Amino acid sequence: MKKRTGVVRRTTKARVVTPRRRNPVRTDAAAPPLVTRKEITVQVNGVAQTAEVEVRMTLVDFIRERLGLTGTHVGCEHGVCGACTILLDGAPVRSCLMFAVQAAGQEIMTVEALGTPDRLHPIQEAFRDHHGLQCGFCTPGFLMTTLAFLRERPSPTADEIRVALAGHLCRCTVYQGIVEAVSDAAARLRAGTPTPAPRARGGARE
Amino acid sequence: MTTQYFGQRIKRNEDPRLLTGGGTFVDDVTLPDLLHAAVLRSPHAHARVRRVDTAGAEALPGVVAVYTHGDLPPSLQEPLPRLIPHPALVHHKTQYALARDKVRHVGEPVAFVVAASRYVAEDALDLIEVEYDPLPAVVTLEQAVRPGAPLVHEDAGTNVCAHYTQRVGNVDEALARAAHVFTERFVIDRGTAAPMECRGVVAQWDPRLRQLVVWDSTQAPIPIRNGLARLLGLAQGGVRVIAPDIGGGFGPKIMMFYPEEVLVPYAAMQLSRPVKWIEDRRENFAAMNHEREQIHDAAIAVDRDGRILAVRTAFLYDSGAYIPYGLTVPIVASTTLPGPYKIPNYHCEFRAVFTNKTIVSPYRGAGRPHGVFVMERLMDRVAAELGIDRVELRRRNLIQPHEFPYDVGLIYQDNAPLIYDSGNYPATLEAALQKISYEHWPQERARYRAQHRHVGLGVACYVEGSGIGPYEGCRVTVEPSGKVYAATSVGTQGQGHFTSFAQIIADALTVRVEDVIVITGDSGAFGWGTGTFASRAAVVAGSAAHLAAQAVREKTLLVAATKLEARPDDLVLEHGRVSVRGAPGKSMTLAEVAVAANPLRGTIPKEWEQPGLEASRYFAPPRGTFPNGVHAAIVEVDIETGMLKILRYVVVHDCGRVINPMILDGQIRGGVAQGLGGTFYEKLVYDESGQLLTQTFMDYLLPTTMEVPEIEVDHLETPSPLNPLGVKGAGEAGVIPVPALMAQALDDALSELGIRITEMPLSPNRLLEMIREARAQAPSPHPGPLPQGEG
Ligand code: FES
Ligand code: FES
Repeated sequence: MKKRTGVVRRTTKARVVTPRRRNPVRTDAAAPPLVTRKEITVQVNGVAQTAEVEVRMTLVDFIRERLGLTGTHVGCEHGVCGACTILLDGAPVRSCLMFAVQAAGQEIMTVEALGTPDRLHPIQEAFRDHHGLQCGFCTPGFLMTTLAFLRERPSPTADEIRVALAGHLCRCTVYQGIVEAVSDAAARLRAGTPTPAPRARGGARE
Repeated sequence: MTTQYFGQRIKRNEDPRLLTGGGTFVDDVTLPDLLHAAVLRSPHAHARVRRVDTAGAEALPGVVAVYTHGDLPPSLQEPLPRLIPHPALVHHKTQYALARDKVRHVGEPVAFVVAASRYVAEDALDLIEVEYDPLPAVVTLEQAVRPGAPLVHEDAGTNVCAHYTQRVGNVDEALARAAHVFTERFVIDRGTAAPMECRGVVAQWDPRLRQLVVWDSTQAPIPIRNGLARLLGLAQGGVRVIAPDIGGGFGPKIMMFYPEEVLVPYAAMQLSRPVKWIEDRRENFAAMNHEREQIHDAAIAVDRDGRILAVRTAFLYDSGAYIPYGLTVPIVASTTLPGPYKIPNYHCEFRAVFTNKTIVSPYRGAGRPHGVFVMERLMDRVAAELGIDRVELRRRNLIQPHEFPYDVGLIYQDNAPLIYDSGNYPATLEAALQKISYEHWPQERARYRAQHRHVGLGVACYVEGSGIGPYEGCRVTVEPSGKVYAATSVGTQGQGHFTSFAQIIADALTVRVEDVIVITGDSGAFGWGTGTFASRAAVVAGSAAHLAAQAVREKTLLVAATKLEARPDDLVLEHGRVSVRGAPGKSMTLAEVAVAANPLRGTIPKEWEQPGLEASRYFAPPRGTFPNGVHAAIVEVDIETGMLKILRYVVVHDCGRVINPMILDGQIRGGVAQGLGGTFYEKLVYDESGQLLTQTFMDYLLPTTMEVPEIEVDHLETPSPLNPLGVKGAGEAGVIPVPALMAQALDDALSELGIRITEMPLSPNRLLEMIREARAQAPSPHPGPLPQGEG
């Protein structure tokens, strides 16, 4: 649902003709010109990216489609599932709820900057060891929230982990492996397990 | 067979990729020149479509094409294919790719727009004018079978599309002479699978190669390929369907066809440009198939000691507006119902009914939770009425270990007789009871009551059909690099096939599990198969992988024998190296054997039969294999809020030999989570005009970390005699007994209020309503609470 129109259309008893609605983007000449495109620069995984975007483009679409960083997933586009979570200036945010233009001048980190298949980040390693993923669709979101959470709380209890992750949906697992993984990841990070340097992967530029 | 990996907790091969954002889900597929599609869907549950005017949409810059029913070629103007016909299914109605003259549920596709971006495609949807004549909608099952109800399909003359009965023995006679007969109505409402990834299709047509490539979030790529070839007039070899990484399937991602699965490939061919359509969550709620709605009128007859004499159920099954998938769900419901119990007389009968709601097809469990809910609720009723401990009652009726194979006397969903192949039901039950400390429950319960806490215990048993035919295949190849490639067509949606199949193959070829690269769900890699459903992949494709790997092993020894000038039985294959027993210097690696098996010059001996270290094998089980299990839980209810807390949840499960306990536990636990969601949080709500009111995750609540408990899982291993690995399916086990279990635990927790649960799903609200009603009245003695103290 790219366009945010009414959610439920009700029936009426009478014969209904769906009214012709005007495309809001195209306006008559009399009105002041709408800004529909804008150039933005964002730091993405350590790489500066400048692009002209439609102002209505969501941040997640920008990351996935324009930058080709498809590790960030879209599960609901209404801010509930958490699959699209990225770090914006270090804080986890839902990139489906923001427009790309709102991220101008800020720093984005996506899952692509974490580890590599050959050298997983300790959080990723812990997810693997504890079977914290099945289909893997929700996983990047969980990883990004976990990364920020463990920076703030290096020694969380299981209950605190559950609260921290309550804004993420996973349909495959029962979260048990995820909670164990986060707790184990915290221990690994406390023990000073070396973490791979964040990868400079800004994705493809147009 | 050496068993180095089989049975071990092996870390998954696919994880490094998925953890680093390297998965390829359908929406991650991007191609040069890609166009984006959006679907205009019916806002009405039931309406005549008078006119569709697409002129405005077509005029919008960026729009490339707009299709309505009339714009499609003749083969796509026909109703979409029927998936599983059945003699009892007299009105096998399927939907059109785009609605012709009528829409029959909210969300039915009416027009299809292809544009430069999804944003523009959705702008264009707003510019399509559709003139509808709304018709009265049939929303509930009971409404649909009432005489004079509006007809979903006028030409059928009825909303009942099938009426099917199966019988064992003589139920009427048994009911007439039984010491006790209890009857009850059970109502189960709608839910949705809600995989985190919605559906999606990307198609690319290469006119030079005359090759259509389709990435589809399907659980069954081969049937999709075959159907597409037929509908689009292409050779099967000219269509390649790839089910890449799938973000959860759970049943409804197998349909053949969802309209978009033909519209996207058709548009890509017609426009000679790749086209992508990705379902959004709101569409997913209305356009991906639902499940679960049934109403059972059931009866049980027992003798004085509680031995079952007969069970009868007559139920209504809501198929939604069409019934492309056939009768799988109600057949599975009626054949799962008997469970682990000896039931000498059984009568099941259902009517499948059209309503103006989203189509129904199997969702994890696929009727099994219904059958188990009805049977276990009946058992609880008997226990309460006769004052027999609920567990003792079950013990008296269980099929005993010496009675296998046990013929239930019914025909299962695969059209084969329903014969339980193996199991030890009493042992499973006792193991679960021990784990939950059932013998101490009366004291525990008393302790909770003394603290004024409403805590209850539940125990539920089930037998699950799995691993049905017809067949799956696998090709195993050792490449000159020494790496082993295995291809099977079953798709994977998170079940860990890249690892479990690799374990099976690695054992046969004595290689490292990470050196076995498994390819699933790509018709270009392996073109035969039926799909991932009915908990069958590990059983059927796993067995095929085993057979193929064994064949490659034999071939390896044969080739090495020639090269090393030794007899095959003097050779040993260990750690990926063939050596001659007693001659340590004479050996070859698998890689060397692979090179030798495919020479550039010279000859190959006749007994090699073909070049290379490669074999394809198929496995076709004679019938399904039947895992079983028992779940037990201790649950606390806050009677002021209706909220629920699960204090303990244990599962004892027997699915034969275990390939990878870590993956298996994940499957079981994930199933329980979905079961709990479907029991207490998730419910699709339609209003009286057929509008779906729950179309976001704000109104349809999936369980989060805060709702689901830790789940303790144990396994028994009674091998199946029906396949070479001795395995049984496990994908659905977790979900099956949850409603039955929770109902019993809630009855127990609320026994002082005389509450008896006969409906699913519940919600905190609904439970609170029941509690308030019960508190308003004095606790009624009938239907009675479970005996106190007895548990
Ligand atoms: S896609 Fe952003 S929260 Fe679900
Ligand atoms: S692993 Fe599939 S949704 Fe979480």
